[in-house]
Amino acid sequence: MPTASPAAEPRPGTDARPPDVGAPAPARTARQDQDVAGLGRGRALGFVAPALVVIGIFLVFPAIWTIYLGLLDYSLSGSGAKEPVFVGLGNYVEALGDPGFHRSLYLTLLYVGGSAVIGQNILGFLLAWYLRSAHRFVRPALTILVLLAWILPGSVVAFLWQALLDRRAGTLNAILDTSGQAWVLDHPMLVIVIFNIWRGAAFSMLLYSAALNTVPRSHLEVARMSGARGWQQLRDVVLPTVKRHVLTNTLLITLWTFNDFSPYLLTGGGPNGASEILPVYIYREAIIGGDLGYGSAISLLLLLANLVIAVFYLRVLRTKKEDAA
Amino acid sequence: MRPSRPSRAAVLGIAAATLLTGCVGAKDSGPAADPDANADAKNVTLVISANDIKGGKNAAEAAWIEDTVIPAFVEQQKAKGVTADVTFNGAGVEDEQYKTKLELNLRTGSGSDVFAADGIWLGELAAAGYVQPLDDVVGEAAAGWDGWSQISESVQQNMSFKGERYGIPNGTDGRVLYLNKTLLEKAGLPADWQPTSWEDVLTAGRALKKLDGVTPIQINAGVPMGEATTAQGFLPLLAGTGSPLYDEAAGTWQGATPGVTDVLGFYRTVYGEGLGDPRMQQDKAGRDQSFAEFAEGRIGILAEGDYFWRSVICPSEDDCGATSMPDRDEVVGWAKIPAKTPGAGVDGQDFVSVSGGAGWMISPKTQYPQQAWELMAFMASAEMQTALSEAQIRISARNDVNAETLADDPLLSFISEEVLPITTYRPSDEKYNEVSLAIQQATADVVGGAAPDEAARTYQRSLEKAVGADRVAGG
Repeated sequence: MPTASPAAEPRPGTDARPPDVGAPAPARTARQDQDVAGLGRGRALGFVAPALVVIGIFLVFPAIWTIYLGLLDYSLSGSGAKEPVFVGLGNYVEALGDPGFHRSLYLTLLYVGGSAVIGQNILGFLLAWYLRSAHRFVRPALTILVLLAWILPGSVVAFLWQALLDRRAGTLNAILDTSGQAWVLDHPMLVIVIFNIWRGAAFSMLLYSAALNTVPRSHLEVARMSGARGWQQLRDVVLPTVKRHVLTNTLLITLWTFNDFSPYLLTGGGPNGASEILPVYIYREAIIGGDLGYGSAISLLLLLANLVIAVFYLRVLRTKKEDAA
Repeated sequence: MRPSRPSRAAVLGIAAATLLTGCVGAKDSGPAADPDANADAKNVTLVISANDIKGGKNAAEAAWIEDTVIPAFVEQQKAKGVTADVTFNGAGVEDEQYKTKLELNLRTGSGSDVFAADGIWLGELAAAGYVQPLDDVVGEAAAGWDGWSQISESVQQNMSFKGERYGIPNGTDGRVLYLNKTLLEKAGLPADWQPTSWEDVLTAGRALKKLDGVTPIQINAGVPMGEATTAQGFLPLLAGTGSPLYDEAAGTWQGATPGVTDVLGFYRTVYGEGLGDPRMQQDKAGRDQSFAEFAEGRIGILAEGDYFWRSVICPSEDDCGATSMPDRDEVVGWAKIPAKTPGAGVDGQDFVSVSGGAGWMISPKTQYPQQAWELMAFMASAEMQTALSEAQIRISARNDVNAETLADDPLLSFISEEVLPITTYRPSDEKYNEVSLAIQQATADVVGGAAPDEAARTYQRSLEKAVGADRVAGG
């Protein structure tokens, strides 16, 4: 119930009920309304408990553990591994003042914005739009190609892309006749953005294909008869219908891309940190540099960023729902 | 009334934090397990791990472990009535990745009983309590081993920390400049070219640059090359400016000193003038590319350890794969690394080098400390070390083995006679690897175009962060 209705306004139903029936107190009625399955609190808890335990062990505990490690001068080796010292918020202060972290955060936003929010979204939508009316041979072939990019294991895909982009014997240089062009070194961000668009567009395509099926044909026909052209149909009929799908899709791919590590397989974060997005930065600090405490602190910052994004989208989604209601 | 959601979360958080406090660390600081545990066992299971793999990295050593050491050791134990089950856990990855895996294994106690480790990792491993002195883990058997007399003091230092032995050295090495004699000749340089200053190297580089399709000089730089940047590039150059990276007596590291700035200036000249290929230093697989280009005859001068000679460009394709050079012995020459100017090196030397070496260590958590030690000692025995040197020539830790095997190889006898006497060793301090990372970043910065003094200042800041401002000299 989002907004409180004025107290004076009588609620339908409550007034209408004859007073003499009322053996159950109003509070109890409310509770029974919630308990649709009639299990009772104890049994309901029993059903939920296994899931809660699993979530507790694999999600809540590691998150709290990360907070705890982030407060320590904890390292993979050396004396910081044996007797870590409590440094309070030192790691966070260090991260927030570290130009390496700032750059990494900026690159992450660029990567997420370019490859997920814009790239995968638009390419996925266009593919879904095109496939509706595509030739019956083209459709399955294209779908399989796009899906293949999505379902192949990351290491295999990275290997293929290395072969494609290699400076000296790469396929791309052979096709474009640009021998010696070091794509990965000259345009590292562009490479990983395009890579991720290619890799992840399948999900958006699938989701939008399903969404486009929900657009009633009659609406489109009415629009067509009123003289709406392709772009106008899209803008005025299709987009308003699939708006919520767009939001859901954007939320999911944003979060996935934010935590994506696969660019490391292509560029290793290089050259000289030019494609070091946050997950790679964390890996380099915590695992290669051995600074687990600092790595945990940044991980928590990443977690918070994820939360902010999720909450933002959910809020927008909720407003949309109310608009629709 | 039930507590509100935020306050419930806070209570949970505090409870969890209380539970967790004191959970990290401390658990592995107890005394070593009993050295005599399972000493009389009739069935023994041991695992060896190393960054070697058949058909890949250090293939010859992997084959030596699997086909020579293990069967012979099992046979030897059988004669004593013991059934030994020994397995080899190989890997073929970057050294940094192997090190990370090793540390994680040691941390959880799930690692191998005997493992290969680079001497420069020892400080970190020991400070973390991941490894313990042989005297504690093994006891008298290690102290009284007859092999120690064959291993020189400086090589033993590679596997020692704070005056105690932690493992048996397997070998040592030295860095030189490798030359492509064909290219040098084309550029008008003598076949027995030996530079005596950095300027000589740059002059030769400028002459080589005139040749088509040739990268004149490859001095490792940048982060992707990892320790190869520090050991093959930065440190030999720094030794050529007069003072070592780490001052043992004062316990201080060189910050943005004139020496460090000079070294970065040399990098800037090489990569700024196009005497080297900056791209190769930035590429994830840059070191492998440099190997391949040298093998194809497209690099004139390359600084590397003897590992390059024996494991990368050896004539046998079985051992060295795609980078093998069938004509190595005719085409490839070598020269000592010169100091900045004659006499400017450490201890007033004209030429300098850097050495290190790996060895075999024992996990303090092994179930069979005595048998694991026997295996290590067996691997370091004259017989086994000779077998390894014969499979692939290298400088063994043992003098008796070197006396027999090195004579056949001109480069390795050159290194053992001319380079090892003037070489420097890397500090075994636990902070070394963090300092090394800062060095790699500084070289990456100048290769990327930063001015040497600017890169030196950034380096100084990272250094202060890593070791503390009071342990940084100069700047």
